[in-house]
Amino acid sequence: MRPEVPLTSPSLAAPLGATGTSLKAQLHRAERMRKLRAFALVLPLLVFLLITFVAPILDMLRLAVVDRDLSSVWPHVTQSIGAWTDRSKVPPPAVFDALATDLHDSYHARTLPLAARRLNYALDNGRTLVFGTARRLPETSADWRATLIEIDPHWGDLKTWAAIDQASGPVTSFFLLAAVDRQKTADGHIVSTPSSQAIYVEVLTRTFKVSFTVTLLCIVLGFPVAYLLATQPPRRANLLMILVLLPFWTSLLVRTAAWIVLLQEHGIINHALVWLGIIDAPVRLIYNRIGVYIAMTHILLPFLILPLYSVMKGIKPSYMLAAKSLGASPTEAFIRIYLPMTLPGIGAGALLVFILALGYYITPALVGGAADQMISYFIAFYTSDSVNWGMASALGSVLLVATLLLYWVYDRLVGISNVKLG
Amino acid sequence: MSDSDPLVSFRRVQKTYDGELLVVKDLNLDIRRGEFLTMLGPSGSGKTTSLMMLAGFEVPTHGEITLAGQSLRDTPPHKRDIGVVFQNYALFPHMTVEENVAFPLAVRRVAKAEQKTRVARALDVVKLGALGHRRPGQLSGGQQQRVALARALVFEPKLVLMDEPLGALDKQLREHMQIEIKHIHENLGLTVVYVTHDQSEALTMSDRIAVFHEGVVQQLDTPHGLYERPSNSFVANFIGENNMLGGTLELVDAGSCRVRLDDGTVIHARAGCGDGAGRRVSLSLRPEKIDIEPADETANKLRATVKETIYHGDHMRVRLDVLGNDDFTVKMRYRANRVVPKPGDVLSIGFAERDCLALDAPH
Repeated sequence: MRPEVPLTSPSLAAPLGATGTSLKAQLHRAERMRKLRAFALVLPLLVFLLITFVAPILDMLRLAVVDRDLSSVWPHVTQSIGAWTDRSKVPPPAVFDALATDLHDSYHARTLPLAARRLNYALDNGRTLVFGTARRLPETSADWRATLIEIDPHWGDLKTWAAIDQASGPVTSFFLLAAVDRQKTADGHIVSTPSSQAIYVEVLTRTFKVSFTVTLLCIVLGFPVAYLLATQPPRRANLLMILVLLPFWTSLLVRTAAWIVLLQEHGIINHALVWLGIIDAPVRLIYNRIGVYIAMTHILLPFLILPLYSVMKGIKPSYMLAAKSLGASPTEAFIRIYLPMTLPGIGAGALLVFILALGYYITPALVGGAADQMISYFIAFYTSDSVNWGMASALGSVLLVATLLLYWVYDRLVGISNVKLG
Repeated sequence: MSDSDPLVSFRRVQKTYDGELLVVKDLNLDIRRGEFLTMLGPSGSGKTTSLMMLAGFEVPTHGEITLAGQSLRDTPPHKRDIGVVFQNYALFPHMTVEENVAFPLAVRRVAKAEQKTRVARALDVVKLGALGHRRPGQLSGGQQQRVALARALVFEPKLVLMDEPLGALDKQLREHMQIEIKHIHENLGLTVVYVTHDQSEALTMSDRIAVFHEGVVQQLDTPHGLYERPSNSFVANFIGENNMLGGTLELVDAGSCRVRLDDGTVIHARAGCGDGAGRRVSLSLRPEKIDIEPADETANKLRATVKETIYHGDHMRVRLDVLGNDDFTVKMRYRANRVVPKPGDVLSIGFAERDCLALDAPH
């Protein structure tokens, strides 16, 4: 027997290094410089992303709820509207007085169009009401309530005052509600927008439907191509890869325009189909959903092929050989072995295509009809045509939230760790 | 057909990939039922191609392969009933160990309950009973190898093929697995065709070894036969260590022969060469069968100059210059109070007639 040696347990005290300081502290010091250097390397990109990506998104979310258009030009009425407590009647006289002051002031300051535009978002007759009243406004009045209602009876309308109340800021739910076809009544209830004006839910559904279909088409068309690329000898695979990447070298606009040439009623494709006897007369392939599907699938196809190809490239041929030697027919080996092994690639490609498709704007705008416009079209319309930043931001926020929600569901179903981009 | 008929036979099999070079030139090989046959050879010798043709992954360009008397010409791989163990294991990463092993049974539509018992039995054979729920990625190389083995055995194939299955393992584990695979072969009475380029692996495991070189089987024999009676100088050099001395044949008589070396010394050797005085031969000498400072009655003696000595613990290797061949190695057993040669010493070496084999000189 060996004599018992008294053991000093190293676990009782932190192990000490050569200089007496703890090993952990030494490790930290040794690692610090390396970490700092690594951080300095990513810093430029981090700053760039913060400025060009994170900040605009945050600003967009802010603009969707901030509403200062009216309060900046009509300070009195937007402040005194707080006195309007009994929502079953028109506001008290003081509010009418404030409105008269504001109308008068902004008429002379030439800021009336701002107020008119903001009220026009919520009221069909907003512009006429504001301009008409301001033009006919007398200098003084003993009872502004009576005078104003006399000028335009709409001032006695609860709807008008609810619109002013909701537009008086500084924050509002008006745009976000409108983006999902909802609105607030005068007494604060949220109700559906009348179906004649409700379009955004349908547009959002359409956006997701088109994106989903395009993703599906990309999978169906891209899978065989990726398989071909991954299984051909390197020389031919390279050539094919160039063909896949070729569209990337052309501008999106040019490619879309090319589709217009190809798909039009007297275009090559219609002629070819007629010549082959598949159809009797040219069919409509453009300015409708078919055109959108064709052009978007073509443009987004490489985004599915590339990740799928890189995953397929990593699948050694011995898996299929093993499956066959173990008794699986080629079809069975494909379905039970090959297909499941490509799922991370399909997952990554599909996610990429779907998210890119959600934001597509130019292609549907050029090759689609009026009923094929996706949500980005409306966002673009509100930012550049009607300069309604609140509405544009609200639609953007809804799209962002819907996409994140979908991503979460996707993560739950597929698991984002199962996604391989390369 | 009887049990003595071969299970597999290659008949005049040729294979070319590019239409110019024959990877397998003319393969005629019978594999017996229940034997462990190894295809041994350097890379590019055609051994793996031969195995792949047997498995059905490559098609012979000429000739025929039969399995249990049936031609395999029109049988696709999945209908051949041959288990294959690949070098990189090829375990399906998206399935657990149990699912991997159950795969051949599942595609054969074996009932679930029977699958379960057979998978458990197969995993027990390879001593992995407890790891059935793990994924292949969570196993060590040796464990993955066992799973691959279990998967190739579970459907009780007529034949198991192994393509360098131990190539990726470290030396110790490899030697351990060699013995284990050998035991499984003996216990289950399998027929195994094993491909390797490692001659010690082949010697350890095989009943018979087919030595491949340049698309031709050089010799098909038991390990003992290959080592003791190599049929040509390629086999003599490839299996074990070997020293070669060139000479001219003088006389052949009843298995013995007399060879005159280039310096005029006459050597008595076993004849493993063609007949006819005056033909060039190579004398094959194993390093462990040569004595340094031999006894007087030793049949053959030569002078040698010591070039280098290398200590190996249980023995010592002495590199000598013999008749201009300065890579002539002798294994010297370690004995107490034995004088250790030093570089530059000139000494005498000797060997018996039975330990020296005259082979046709390589062209």
